[in-house]
Amino acid sequence: MTQNPRTTYIEEATELLAELEGSLLELEDNPEDREIIGRVFRCLHTIKGSGAMFGFDDIAEFTHEVETTFDLIREGKIAVSGEIIGITLSACDHIRSLLESGDNGAAPDKQHGHSLIESLKKLTAGIADSPPENFPKPADAPADIPSDTPQGLEVTYRIRFRPDQKILATGFNPILLLNELRDLGPCNVVAQTKGIPTLDEIDPEGCYTYWDVVLTTAAGINAVMDLFIFIEDECTLSVDIIDSVEEVVELPPEVPPPNHKKLGEILVEKGDLQPSDVSGALSAQKPIGQLLVEAGVVDPGLVESARVEQEHIKELRRSKQANETVSTVRVPADRLDTLVNLVGELVTVQARLSQLAALQNQSDFLAVAEEVERLTEDLRDNVMNIRMVPIGSTFNRFKRLVRDLAAELGKNVVLETDGAETELDKTVIERLNDPLVHLIRNSVDHGIEVPGIREAAGKPKYGTVRISAAHSGAHVLIRITDDGAGLDKEAIREKAVAKGLISPEIELSEKDIFSLIFTAGFSTAEKLTNISGRGVGMDVVKRNIEALRGSIEIESRKGAGATITLKLPLTLAIIDGLLVKIGEGQFVIPLPIVQECVELTPADKARSNGRDLAHVRGEIVPYIRLRERFLIEGQVPDIEQIIITGAGEGKVGLVVDQVVGERQTVIKNLGKMFRYVEDISGATILGDGKVALILDVPKLVQAEVETAQTACIH
Amino acid sequence: MAKTIMTADDSTSVRQMVSFTLRQAGYQVVEAVDGKDALSKLKSSPVHMLITDLNMPNLDGIGLIRNIRSGSTCKFIPIIMLTTESQDSKKMEGKSAGATGWIVKPFKPEQLLAVVKKVLG
Repeated sequence: MTQNPRTTYIEEATELLAELEGSLLELEDNPEDREIIGRVFRCLHTIKGSGAMFGFDDIAEFTHEVETTFDLIREGKIAVSGEIIGITLSACDHIRSLLESGDNGAAPDKQHGHSLIESLKKLTAGIADSPPENFPKPADAPADIPSDTPQGLEVTYRIRFRPDQKILATGFNPILLLNELRDLGPCNVVAQTKGIPTLDEIDPEGCYTYWDVVLTTAAGINAVMDLFIFIEDECTLSVDIIDSVEEVVELPPEVPPPNHKKLGEILVEKGDLQPSDVSGALSAQKPIGQLLVEAGVVDPGLVESARVEQEHIKELRRSKQANETVSTVRVPADRLDTLVNLVGELVTVQARLSQLAALQNQSDFLAVAEEVERLTEDLRDNVMNIRMVPIGSTFNRFKRLVRDLAAELGKNVVLETDGAETELDKTVIERLNDPLVHLIRNSVDHGIEVPGIREAAGKPKYGTVRISAAHSGAHVLIRITDDGAGLDKEAIREKAVAKGLISPEIELSEKDIFSLIFTAGFSTAEKLTNISGRGVGMDVVKRNIEALRGSIEIESRKGAGATITLKLPLTLAIIDGLLVKIGEGQFVIPLPIVQECVELTPADKARSNGRDLAHVRGEIVPYIRLRERFLIEGQVPDIEQIIITGAGEGKVGLVVDQVVGERQTVIKNLGKMFRYVEDISGATILGDGKVALILDVPKLVQAEVETAQTACIH
Repeated sequence: MAKTIMTADDSTSVRQMVSFTLRQAGYQVVEAVDGKDALSKLKSSPVHMLITDLNMPNLDGIGLIRNIRSGSTCKFIPIIMLTTESQDSKKMEGKSAGATGWIVKPFKPEQLLAVVKKVLG
């Protein structure tokens, strides 16, 4: 499968040519044999079709002409003659020479091809009354559609799409088509189901529904029509423009109030009627749609689609007007922080309220609590959004950095950026600056080669460092890619052995070897520069990223460059955590690093001979007994739980009494008093008002490792 | 689970190009060398979609489409035909046999993937 498709094509075409020649000679003896004619046509057809796809355009063009002749023969419009066979045989030779010249770069003899075509055309002249189609033909454009709508302007279309009843038999799926329409812009779809017959009449393979769609898009009407290209002839389709941007802008902002009073108003003014009577009578009045439906003049589905269209336009105009008045307010960042803190408090109080309401079980109270919950969630999301800023401004600073670095090192480097509009929490962006500077420096210094080496390796003179940001669920991925030398697996390994970081006989995966560069005191550069390469840094980078609750990964191919991926949470203020209990104390473990929970039974404990190692599906995982670590007293339950976490290198288990469940919690700082506490990164207030501490798992593991090492030395 | 697509074409290079493109995009691919081969392979293991050439020995694309649409196992799968002919007659013949759509050769990998996404979702 790895063979170059062009090579495959040449082999295949050569085989086909041999078959073609054989068939032509056979045809000479049996000029009426339709099967042989078909075979000849098929050979030509395949040579042409595949040729164009693999870049043999001259072959495709030439073969097309020959094929046209055999198409006429196939249709019985001209008869096979010795002359045609003769020319076609020379055409075979010509195709073969084209194939060979495509292979070794020699110029093909164009003139010969032309004269062959001319003689074929002479033979078919007059019969092929319609001129053969040009080759290759551009994609079919749907005809008879107004194409004067300008591109780039938002236009609202009313689309009625009524597929034929038997459309499903062609493998067509209307849902996919509607989804494609939705991809074009704001879109409302109403399914018209009136045509569905009763159960005893229905053909289960038939499509009885049709759809009314209101779509606003800037893609232009051709893009809309293109979606229907496969089913143009199997559906009734009407597309009307019902609204375009200019109209919206020209509209007066408000309809002027009518200058005559309404009947009810006059009656109320005269004191003949109470306002409540008027509103009572008005509410008894039915909407026009309902009246029409009741009168039986229109189907409810159609009224619904008209209503949806009305809503769609209303919404559109509302958002247009909102856009026009959009403006910004600059606010000091600390006010935002205060706001975030207050929302955090509110979330906590709301959780208590919900819990109380659940306990009281009064429906009124529950309803209020639910409303508060909904509002709080909205408020929280909105406030978090305020803190989000695009990462682009940071990217711009790096352009200068790369330019200066490249000049200093005598390299040619271009910085490309992508996803500058990706938004991240302001704090995350601020704290990301230093690690990113370091990583980019590394890429330019260690990754990109000097121009001479690059040219020798057949790479473009300019090296590229690419930094991109993209959302991925609740995370943002930042990638720093270079097309430089890549990481040298062996060099890293040797260095690590020389530095005593790993023992020489140990077998490591590529990923493990790459992650060695994050170990403190590691540097592979042969010569230190004043930019990077002192071996302090990558471990600091890793620690900084982990402090942001993120992770870092390296991929690399020697000679082809390296990619470093940072995975960061969108915000630092809220954390998805796993709530656990040890004795009476409650703790939160950040959910992203939790891999699984397993039981620790007395039998397991006995088996591990006091070495604190658990066997999890064939893997040996060391664990930390949090009860011992935090000196919590009390009765240890028979069966404890191990939370397997995957922070940093390898898996580590944390032993707790009980797993309570997942909680989304607002992080609170511990305050000055506790700033030297290392294992805890913060605290949160639970629904019942109790405080739970948030564990800083990487630090916890690190501290444990250090304790163990000290113990070994003594 | 990855969706399975069958490519039926008597040209190895086209099959290779189609299956390479589709595999890159994460689909599973079954290859068939002509209509007859396609039918027998479909019998043993149904697929989610078919991309077929029209001119093939033994059983051509039109015949293959008719066969599938009148059978039961893969009756409703999307079928895309590869045509060099941009003539409407061939396209109409394929459509009336029950093809979902078509791609005019030559095509680029992106065009192929766009059409697959369009009819398979």
